[in-house]
Formats: sequence, structure tokens, C-alpha cells
Amino acid sequence: MVIGGILVITRKNAVHSALALIVALLAQASLYLMLYAPFVAGVQIILYAGGIMVLFLFVIMLVSIERSMKERQFNSQWVVGTIAAVALGGLFIAVYAKGKNTFPEHALSVVEDTNTQEVAKLLYGQYMFAFEIASLLLLVAIIGAVVMAKKRI
Amino acid sequence: MHEVIQYISSYLTSDKTPGAAGNMFWAFVYIMLVFLGLSVAVIAMNWLERKILAHMQVRLGPMRVGPHGLLQPIADAIKLLLKEDIMPAEADGFVFWMAPLIVVLAAFTVFVVVPFGPTHAVTDMNIGILFMLGVSSLSVLGIVMAGWASNSHYPLIGALRSSAQMVSYEVAMGLAVVSAILMTSLNASGTGTLSMIGIVQAQLAQGEWFIFKFFPLGLIAFFIFAVAMVAETNRAPFDLAEAESELTAGFHTEYSGFRWSLFFLAEYSAMIAVSSIAVTLWLGGWLRPFPNWLSGETWNQIFNLFPGVTFLFFAAICFYNTVRMPKHPLFRIQTLGLAGFGVVLGLIGLILFYPPVSGRMQDVFWFSAKVAGFMYMYIWYRGTFPRYRFDQLMQMGWKVLLPMGLGVLILTAGVALLQEYLKQIWHL
Repeated sequence: MVIGGILVITRKNAVHSALALIVALLAQASLYLMLYAPFVAGVQIILYAGGIMVLFLFVIMLVSIERSMKERQFNSQWVVGTIAAVALGGLFIAVYAKGKNTFPEHALSVVEDTNTQEVAKLLYGQYMFAFEIASLLLLVAIIGAVVMAKKRI
Repeated sequence: MHEVIQYISSYLTSDKTPGAAGNMFWAFVYIMLVFLGLSVAVIAMNWLERKILAHMQVRLGPMRVGPHGLLQPIADAIKLLLKEDIMPAEADGFVFWMAPLIVVLAAFTVFVVVPFGPTHAVTDMNIGILFMLGVSSLSVLGIVMAGWASNSHYPLIGALRSSAQMVSYEVAMGLAVVSAILMTSLNASGTGTLSMIGIVQAQLAQGEWFIFKFFPLGLIAFFIFAVAMVAETNRAPFDLAEAESELTAGFHTEYSGFRWSLFFLAEYSAMIAVSSIAVTLWLGGWLRPFPNWLSGETWNQIFNLFPGVTFLFFAAICFYNTVRMPKHPLFRIQTLGLAGFGVVLGLIGLILFYPPVSGRMQDVFWFSAKVAGFMYMYIWYRGTFPRYRFDQLMQMGWKVLLPMGLGVLILTAGVALLQEYLKQIWHL
């Protein structure tokens, strides 16, 4: 996953970056599997790697990339970038050092068989409101896309 | 030696899939068997498609290469292996090489969860159907990569069209699958299952195949899936993206030789994979017809005879055609070949009468027979329907199949709830 992430930002060719992102997303799915969440892993593969990345690739291929490939790459903000990265790293280390008690001591031994049922119970029971809000958000996004793409409203 | 035989026979009567038993050796053996069966199936599909299409068009098809063209797929394979491997200039080498690989990997990995019988899957994941849908959606990526890496406009347009089509029909497929999975939860504990073996066992427990459940809802869901799966695998009548008269073979134009044969292999494997999904979800998987209604020892024995009788029937057809071969000295080898093929089929039929083999292969036979029916339907559609134009195709996917899928899902959920409620009232 780390290799995939590094390749995303270092490749000149946008399509290679998208493919590296696909590798990173598949690695994420396997991380979910290792955390005893097979349902989430399956849905990650279907939606992210099989749906969203296809749309990414559509856009990259329809927009001409030869010009951007030939442009000289520059990074004149490297000072600010390094300071920001060090600050973020320091933040992570501080959270881990101070807040060790918030992390579980050993891997949760959850039952893997009922992952789908548990997710469904939580999603449609406790978090029903958040579920409906998220679907409303998606509806707004779809309507916006249709309105922008229509010739005549 | 005795221990080896004992080990093998102790495993043959086990009641767990190799994945559940955690047995790496047998998992490997199952994987090899599935791979072998799939390769034979793809080769047979190649020959069958050409012969059946030809007979539908009142012509004969390949007749020269072997007796009745039986060796034609082998000739095709040799030709593809010996062809020159061209890569277009300025094509992206790595992506060009990876694209057929991804499509083949996605098409073959799916068979890890396909249930040929109650314990005849390589493994039985809890999210079996989700895994199959997810991995088959990865093949879209391979197609997009293939079209782009060829660095020429016909493949690019073909790849974008093909992937747009596949993504749109995946939505309709998903809705139909969900409405079938809903029906698995109509049992005592009220929870359904996503595992492929569990879905077939739910059909066995509820006593009817899901295609007939809540008539006509199961039938409509099956119909939506049947149409969406043909569009998903880019087959006629939805093959605009790879049709020769439209786009000079679409996304695999620039691929030759072995790389093209990988795409071809992946296409037939994907066809068999989505047919397996349809058979498992709606047609009762490995169950023989009427497992609950016509149950009992005599009916079991009668249905046990079916595999052997089928192969003997094929052997009889071979022998009949051997007799009808022209009596010319140049045809002697072909006649002998056809008779030999008939003898092989007859021997397989006789082996399938032997009770231990028959008991084990019974489920695999019924599953394969149903999937073979679907393959025949694929070839039939190709020979019958004219091609859809691309805008008609997308319109059908979004404006017809998607609302139908949503309607079927809502109605199925409503009827299922009603049934459970009525059961609670009347039986309490």
C-alpha cells in the first residue's frame, strides 16, 4: 500500500498514477480483511477499485495528457512542504505517545462470520439518520451532475 | 501406498470445502481441477459456438480440421500461439502488457467460490456473491487499460464504450442479485446469507428455486440478471464495442497472437462465471430437479442415472455420425477419429454409472448442465438478435433495467415482509 501511494505521487504519466491508486485501494481492501471485516473489503473492491477508479480513468483518458507530461515538473514550495510534513508526523507521534490507552491492547477477536449482519444492524439501526443523510447527499450530487450535463433544462 | 489410497478416499467423503477444512493440498487439487475444467469448457465453447451458429444459419461450420471440425479449436490455439506478437509504436509497454493479465486474472479468480456442489467449492466465503461481483468488476479496469495502451483511436473508443456499458449494467445486476439474496432470509432465524453454498441450501430448505418464488418477482429478477449478464460480458446483442463491422474489433484491435487469446479466454470464462451466478441464485445450483417434491430412494436412483445416460447419448450421436461418414479412403482417419471420440464419451458415461463416482459427480453434473444451458442461450442470442446501437444500449441499461430492478427489489421486500407477518399471525 505504501508503494502504491508513493507511486501515485511520483509518476509523470497520469494513467500510471491511477493504476498505482488502484493498487493502493486493493491493499486497503486486504487491510480490511485482516481486521476481520470481509463485507467492507468486498464492498471496497466493488465500489472503489471497480467503479470509482474506472471513472477516474475515463476522465484521464478523455483529457489529453501529453501536454502535461511534457511540462517540466517543479516543486519550489519544498520548504513549506517539508515543514508541514514534519508537523503532521509530529502530531501523529504525539497522539500515539500520549493517547496509547485509546487503542485496543490486542487485536479484537470479533467473529468474522457475522460481519455483514453486524454492519447491517448498525447501519439501519443506530446510524439510520446518518445513512439517510448520506443518501440525500448522493442524490444532490446526481441531480447536480445531470443538470450540468443537460443541453436544455 | 495403502495409506495414500486411504487418505484420498477419506477426503473424498468429507463434508467440508478445502477452504473450510484449511487443507492446502486439497485446495490446490480443487483449483487445478477447476482450471482444467474451465479450459476444456472454453475449448468446447469455441467449437460449439461455431457449429451451433452455423447450423442456425443453415450452413455446416468447420468440417475439415477433424471429424466434423472437432479439432478446430486446437488448430486455432496453435495458430494464435505462433502468430507474431505486435506492439504498436508509442504504446505504453507496461500497461499494454498488464491489461490482458488483469482481465484474465479477474475472470479466473472468480471461480474460487463457485459452488459445484455442497462441498465442491474451493472455498466458501461468507461474502461469496460479493466477492464474485467485485472481482468481475475488476475486469473493466483491464479493458480500459487495453484500449488506452494501444495508442490508437479505435481501441480507445471501443474500450471507453465497453467499460461504460459494463459499469451501467453492473448496477442492474447488483439490484437483481440483492432481490435474490433477500429471499434467502425467509428462514427460521430470519438472517440471510451471502455465501454461494448458503444460497443454494436456502433454496433447498425453502423447497423452491428462487426463480419461481413470489411469482412473477423471481422471474423478473432472473430476467433482469439474464439481460444484464449478457451486456456485462460484451456479448451479442450488446457487442457494439467489439463488433467487427463497427469498430474493427474494439479494444483488442492491436492485440495479436497469444495476448488476444488471453482476452478471448477471459471473455468465455466471464460468461461461464456470470452464468454460474445466475444458476446459483435462481436455478438452484447443484440441486437436481424437484429435490423435495420427488424425493425418496427410487427417485434418487432414477436421477442418479442422468449423468451416465447423457454421455451415452452423446456417444450414440458420435457413432451414428461415424456410420454416416463418406465411404472414401481419404476419410478413413476422420471416421476412425470420430469413432474413437465416441468410445471415449461412452467410457466416461459408463464410469459415471459406477456408484461412488456417481454420488460425488451428481451435483457437479447438474450444475454443469444448467450452466451449459446458459451457454447455449448465449450462442442462441448471438445468432438471433441484431446488435444494439450504443445509445439504445445505455438507454436500456439506465432507463429500463434499473427502474425494473428497483421495482422488483421493493416488491420482493414487501412481499417477503408480508409473508413473514402472516406466518407469525397464523402460526402463533
